[in-house]
Amino acid sequence: MTAIRLSVYRYQPDRDAESSPAASDAKPSMQTFEVEAQPGMMLREALLAIKEQDETFAFRHSCGEGVCGSDGVNANGTNCLACITPIAELKQPIQVRPLPGRPVIRDLVVDMTQFYEQYRAVEPYLIRKDPLPEQEIRQSPEDRDKLDGLYECILCGCCSTACPSFWWNPEKFHGPAALLQSWRFLADSRDQATEERLDALEGPYKLFRCHSIMNCVEVCPKGLNPTRAIGKIKELMLEQSV
Amino acid sequence: MAAARSLPHRHFDALIIGAGGAGLNAALRLAAADLRVAVVSKVFPTRSHTVAAQGGVNAALANALPDNWHWHMFDTVKGSDYLGDQDAIETMCREAIPTVYELEHAGVPFSRLDNGRIYQRAFGGQSQNFGGEQAARTCAAADRTGHAILHTLYQQNLRAKTHFFDEHFAVDLIRDDEGVTLGALVLDIESGEPLIIESKTTLLATGGHGQVYRTSTNAFINTGDGMAMALRVGGPLQDMEFYQFHPTGVAGKGMLITEAARGEGGYLINSEGESFMERYAPNALDLASRDVVSRSIVTEIREGRGCGPNKDYVLLKVDHLGADVVHQRLPGITDICRVFLGIDPAKAPMPVFPTAHYAMGGIPTDRHARVVAPARHGPEEVVPGLYAAGECACVSVHGANRLGGNSLLDILVFGRAAGTDILSYVTENPHHRSMRDAHLEPAIARLARWERQGEGERVADVKAELRRLMEDHCGVFRDQATMAEGVEKLKALRERIEGVRLRDHSQTFNTARIEALELDNLVDVGMATLMSALHRDESRGAHSRVDYPQRDDERWMKHSLYLREDDRMDYKPVRTKPLTVDSFPPKPRVY
Repeated sequence: MTAIRLSVYRYQPDRDAESSPAASDAKPSMQTFEVEAQPGMMLREALLAIKEQDETFAFRHSCGEGVCGSDGVNANGTNCLACITPIAELKQPIQVRPLPGRPVIRDLVVDMTQFYEQYRAVEPYLIRKDPLPEQEIRQSPEDRDKLDGLYECILCGCCSTACPSFWWNPEKFHGPAALLQSWRFLADSRDQATEERLDALEGPYKLFRCHSIMNCVEVCPKGLNPTRAIGKIKELMLEQSV
Repeated sequence: MAAARSLPHRHFDALIIGAGGAGLNAALRLAAADLRVAVVSKVFPTRSHTVAAQGGVNAALANALPDNWHWHMFDTVKGSDYLGDQDAIETMCREAIPTVYELEHAGVPFSRLDNGRIYQRAFGGQSQNFGGEQAARTCAAADRTGHAILHTLYQQNLRAKTHFFDEHFAVDLIRDDEGVTLGALVLDIESGEPLIIESKTTLLATGGHGQVYRTSTNAFINTGDGMAMALRVGGPLQDMEFYQFHPTGVAGKGMLITEAARGEGGYLINSEGESFMERYAPNALDLASRDVVSRSIVTEIREGRGCGPNKDYVLLKVDHLGADVVHQRLPGITDICRVFLGIDPAKAPMPVFPTAHYAMGGIPTDRHARVVAPARHGPEEVVPGLYAAGECACVSVHGANRLGGNSLLDILVFGRAAGTDILSYVTENPHHRSMRDAHLEPAIARLARWERQGEGERVADVKAELRRLMEDHCGVFRDQATMAEGVEKLKALRERIEGVRLRDHSQTFNTARIEALELDNLVDVGMATLMSALHRDESRGAHSRVDYPQRDDERWMKHSLYLREDDRMDYKPVRTKPLTVDSFPPKPRVY
C-alpha cells in the first residue's frame, strides 16, 4: 500500500473527553493521518478515508464533482474544492485547514454567515420593471454570452476567504463572490435595476475595497474571474457618471 | 436528550423539508402569498442535488422544432412503459410551458437561439406527432441547467424573504392521533439542539436515495430522508422497484455524463468500434429511452464487447462534433472529463457504464402533490396536511422509466402545485392543531436511540455493506433467486442496526450522528426497493427481470405499494384516464 500523509486541522469546542482521550481540551491542533492511496484520488476521498478512521472528524461535502460548492478547504496554503483537487498535485504531508478568516465551528467546518450576508446584500436576483411577456423575455445569444463566466459561481467561498480585503472588512466589503454576482445581474440584458445596483455599491467599502490583488482569480475552482467582474462594475459606474 | 416538554417550538403556516427545486418552487409561491414559510435543509440550499442536473427541462415550446404538449404527453406515457398516471402526466406536460417561461422571467440564464428564444435540444424518448421524427424539447442552460435553476429559485426566495433553516436535519414527522401532520422534529446540525417546528402543512421535498447504491450519480446527501419519514408514520412508498440506471455514468466513478452529450449528436461504441445502439433501437438509436440504452450497454459488456483492459465499459463519442460544439454546449462535461478522466471529450471518447441515478418511485401523491395512502375509502385517500413533491414523491409521472428532462420539470410543476394547494388548505384550516408531548415521542425516541453509548458496529461499515448489497441484488438485470437472497441479507442487516453505536456523542456539528440517522433512512428505502422488485414478476421500464422478460399488462398494470409494517406489499390501479384528452392505451414499446 502506498500511503498518503495528511496533517489536518482539528478543533472541537465540546470535545467529549471520554470518546477522544487524546485531546480533551478545545484548543485547535494539527493531527496527522495516513490513508491508502487510490488511483486518481481526490482530496475529498482522502478526507473521507480519515473520517472512516475517526468519525469525530467533520467536514462539509456532498456532490463529489465540483458543482455543489460544499467542500471548500485550504490545502497546502491554497483554497480549493476538495472533491476536484487531485492528491497527486499536492505535496505531502498535505496540510488541510479550514477556509481562512472565518470563525471555525469544528474541524474544517467554518461559519459562512458573513459570506452569505454579503451575497444577499447585492440583491442577487433578476429585477424586471416592465410587465412580463407571455413567453420568454428575448435575449440574443451575444447578450447571453455575457453571463458566461458569471452565473456558474457555486458559492463555495474559496475566493472571498482568500481575499485580504475581505479578511479585514468582512462586514463592509462585499467580497469577490458577491461582487461577481452583482455583475452577473448588471450584465444581464433582462435586468432593469442598473442604476439602483450601482448606487448601492457607492462608498469606500462595498466595492472599492478591492485592490486587484487577484487571489480570487488564482483560487476559483470554476475558473471564474471576480477581479475582472469588479473592474467591469467600476467601468460601468464611470460610464454612467459622465 | 431533552424531554419533549423543554424543546423549543416554532410556528409556521407551511414547513418545507428540502431546498432543492421542488421545495424552493413551493416556497416561492407561498412566500409571495405572504404565508409564514419555513424551509428546512440539511445543507445550505444551493448545495441541494438539483444543482447537479445537467441537460435541461422539457417543455413543448416549439422553439427549435415543431412541438405540442400532447406529443410530450404521449412520449412520457410511452416512456413510463404505461405505468405513469395519465392525469398527472397531462398536468405536467401542459404546465411545462408556463413553468419554463416563469423560470425564465425569474432569471434563469437559458442558452439562446439566434432569434432570442430559449435554446432547446433533442433528448432521449422525444418525438414529434406521437412517435414520429425526433423532437427537440429540452430547454437548456448549457449543461448546467439544474445549477442555473436552483440558484435562481434560491435567489428569488431571498427576495421573497422565505425563512430558511439551513443545516437543519429533519428527524421525523409529528402526527396527532387522527393522523394529521403537525410538523416535524428537526436537529440544528451546528448546535446539535433539537427543535420542534409546528406547521399547519408539511411538504416533503427531500429528493432521492441514490446513496443506497455503491456507485451512483447521486450526492452524499441523497439518502431518502423524506421517503423514510413517510414510511415511519405508516405511509406507503409507491413503485420503488423502478430505479433508473443512467446509461452514461463515468465508468468506475459514477459522475453523470448528461444525455445531452447524445442529444447534441454523440453516440456509444463497443470494443469493436461498432455503434451498437443500431441493433437495439433502429429508429431512436442512442436517444432511445434510458432503460433501453442501459440494458443495451450491460448486454454488450456481458457478451464480451466491453472496452478497456477488463472489458467492463463502453465508450461515448462526441469528438466528431468539433471542439466548438463540445466546449460551448457541454462545458460542464468538459470539466468533469478533464478533472476525473484527464481527457478532453472533444478529442477522446469517454468510458461510461450504467449508474444508479433516479427513483421513479416514492411517496404516493395526487396531482396536487397531496400525499395519498390506502385507507377506509379506497387506495388514494388524502393524508391531511401532508404533501410531497420532486424525486421523493411518486405522482406518478415517470411510471416505470423516466425520460431525460422530465425530472427538473416534475420538481418544478409539482413543487408549484404543492404551493398552490397549501394556500387553499391553510385558508380552510387557519389554526394550528394542538400538539401533545405524546405526539413527539416516536421522533424523540429515534434521536435518543443514537445516544446509546458503548461498543458496537460502526455506521460506516454497515452503510458500505448495504450499498454493496443493493448493487449486487437489485441492479440493471434482476431475477428471483438473487433478489430473494438480497431481501434475506437486508433483513439481517436491518436487525444489526440495533447494535450499531456512535463513537462520537458530541453536540457541535456532529456529522457522524447525521450519517447514523441517514443510515436508518437508507435501510428503510433499500428494503422498499428490494421488496417491491422481488414481488413484481414481469419486466417493465427500468425493472428488468431475466426470469420474466415480458411486460404483463393483464396482471401488472398496477402500482406497487410497500408498507414498513411487516414489510407488506399492496397494490392500486394505474390512473389511465387523462383530464381532457383520450387515454393512451398500452402498446409494445419500441424505439
